[in-house]
Amino acid sequence: MPDPILQLSGLEQVFDTKKGKVPAVGGIDLDVEPGKVLCLVGESGCGKTTTARAAAGLTRPTAGRVAFRGKTVAQMDAAERFTYRRAVQYIHQDPYAALNPTRTVYSTLTAGLRRHRLVKSKGEARERAADILRLVDLTPPASYLDSYPHQLSGGQRQRVNIARSLAMNPELLICDESTSMLDVSIRVSLLNTLGRLRDELNVGFLFITHDLAVAKYFAWDGEIAVMYLGKVVEHGPTPQVIGDPQHPYTKALIGAVCEPDPDLARSNRAVSTLRSAEIPSLTDLPSGCTFHPRCPAFEGGLCDADAPPLQPVGGRRLACHVVARDHGRTDRGHGRPARRDGGGQVTTWSA
Amino acid sequence: MTDQSTDTRRPGARRRGRASALGQIWTGLTRSPAGFAGSLLVLAIVLFSFLGPLLIDQDNPTDITKIWLSPSSEHWLGTQYEGKDTFKILVNSGSEPIWVGALAATMSVTIAVALGSAAGYFRGRLDSILLQLTDVTVTIPQFLLMLSVVAFFENIPPWGIAMVVGSTMWAFLFRSIRAQVMSLKEREFVEAARLQNLGAPRIVFREILPNMAGFIFVNFVIAVNQAIYAIVGLYVLGLMPSRTPNWGLMIHISWRDNFYLNPVALPYVITPLVMIVLFTIGLVTMGRGLDQALNPRLRER
Repeated sequence: MPDPILQLSGLEQVFDTKKGKVPAVGGIDLDVEPGKVLCLVGESGCGKTTTARAAAGLTRPTAGRVAFRGKTVAQMDAAERFTYRRAVQYIHQDPYAALNPTRTVYSTLTAGLRRHRLVKSKGEARERAADILRLVDLTPPASYLDSYPHQLSGGQRQRVNIARSLAMNPELLICDESTSMLDVSIRVSLLNTLGRLRDELNVGFLFITHDLAVAKYFAWDGEIAVMYLGKVVEHGPTPQVIGDPQHPYTKALIGAVCEPDPDLARSNRAVSTLRSAEIPSLTDLPSGCTFHPRCPAFEGGLCDADAPPLQPVGGRRLACHVVARDHGRTDRGHGRPARRDGGGQVTTWSA
Repeated sequence: MTDQSTDTRRPGARRRGRASALGQIWTGLTRSPAGFAGSLLVLAIVLFSFLGPLLIDQDNPTDITKIWLSPSSEHWLGTQYEGKDTFKILVNSGSEPIWVGALAATMSVTIAVALGSAAGYFRGRLDSILLQLTDVTVTIPQFLLMLSVVAFFENIPPWGIAMVVGSTMWAFLFRSIRAQVMSLKEREFVEAARLQNLGAPRIVFREILPNMAGFIFVNFVIAVNQAIYAIVGLYVLGLMPSRTPNWGLMIHISWRDNFYLNPVALPYVITPLVMIVLFTIGLVTMGRGLDQALNPRLRER
């Protein structure tokens, strides 16, 4: 197993606000390996972006550490930091805000190249910029190099945005919903481009998305970590997490994916019934398992007592009292038949 | 499909988008009719005041036989109380207020941009010290300071006045630049630049400041205006040593000797006022045009 390129250990990010402390990320441990994809999924406000920003070194975590190639980012010297900055690139979600309106595409793409001395002359810079534009399907490059962001469409801007990160020859790309603003047709071609980088150049990805279809498409060989209210609730290889979700929240997420086949959609609906659609406030987290007020598998006295640890269950890491207990029972031969819809599929898992 | 590698180097493509900064300013200025008219006006007055003195016969003797003549082909604006040609005086009067104003404005805008962006970008102690400094500067009444400086240094040269004006005007602009830098620096494109490790000077000067170039230029124009008012005001009040002819001095003499009551003195009384008003109008409309010229989004329309 190769050394992870990025390690997040015990990462915590607490924001001080007027309403009190907001624990946006409450201690997560994740690794990204070179050439692999780690997908973070979860609903809005669950701390995906905060995690990504801490991983990119944009914010300083309040606890825990971010390590790049085994070195803690907070303790890097100037030279190491320089390398880290070049090697880890972050792609913003909003292509409208992420490009400087006063600079042309050429100037945006080559600023980093020139700064990091990756090109020698203006001609070479232009050549490189054109190559990168071709990589993100903005052809012919000559018609884009001298454009200003406001002359481009949203999808074109996002591709420029991605091209800027690619220009730095990154070893790790942190994509924060980077494809969510694109047309579906372009999304796939861009995901394929990113996939090529992953496979050919061994670029690692921390890929944040709320779109499970994208996660499934892009991270099939990688891992998925499902986040809920700042904590990872289920983390494992993509085929297992998507094909055989164990945590009730993951099941609900998968059940919520739009299904073009109405029969399948109807059968999925049964699984996805949450007890409440309301997301608890981060300033006032529920006791025990933070998911218990919404969880279909909720059991009083168990779920609202202690926070479930993220423990290995059936080839993945999982934070759920009920599933872990039932899993233990089936292991010891006390397999119970399906109890209710939430826990109904517990016995069908295969590790 | 065309050969794209040669395509990217086509000089035509380069010229189209990457026109020189001067070219951009020129396009912007000529785009809006008002901005263009304003620029022409400013240009005309600047040429009149700086090139004019070289083109006219500087010999303008006192001649008591020619006091207060009406405008004629020989004396375009008539003559003044000493029998000197009013037009020649007017031609020589513009340069000093204009260059003193421009110097003071350059100084105050440079200070405001440098300190304002440093304070807004780095925050921390530097920011609080500079804020204290502006609080002090803002409370100094500019005109009173000028009065006392002029009273104290009797033979103060015009550039000295420019320094005094410039050093009191920067504080307000400092505050708005600091505020804008603080807001722009949180934008994602600045974050992206930080992620590429572009370095603070580059981020401030290449990423942040160009976004407020229009604002800075408009303020520069306003500052030129204010500085001209200040220096003309000093002359009008008769507080500056009268070495060279200038608009302020003409107004001062008209006021001191009650020329405004005398219809034949009308050209002498009114022309400096007209020049100042036209210059102000020109600067303000030019500022609007520049704002458009320096904003790529507005440039398109």
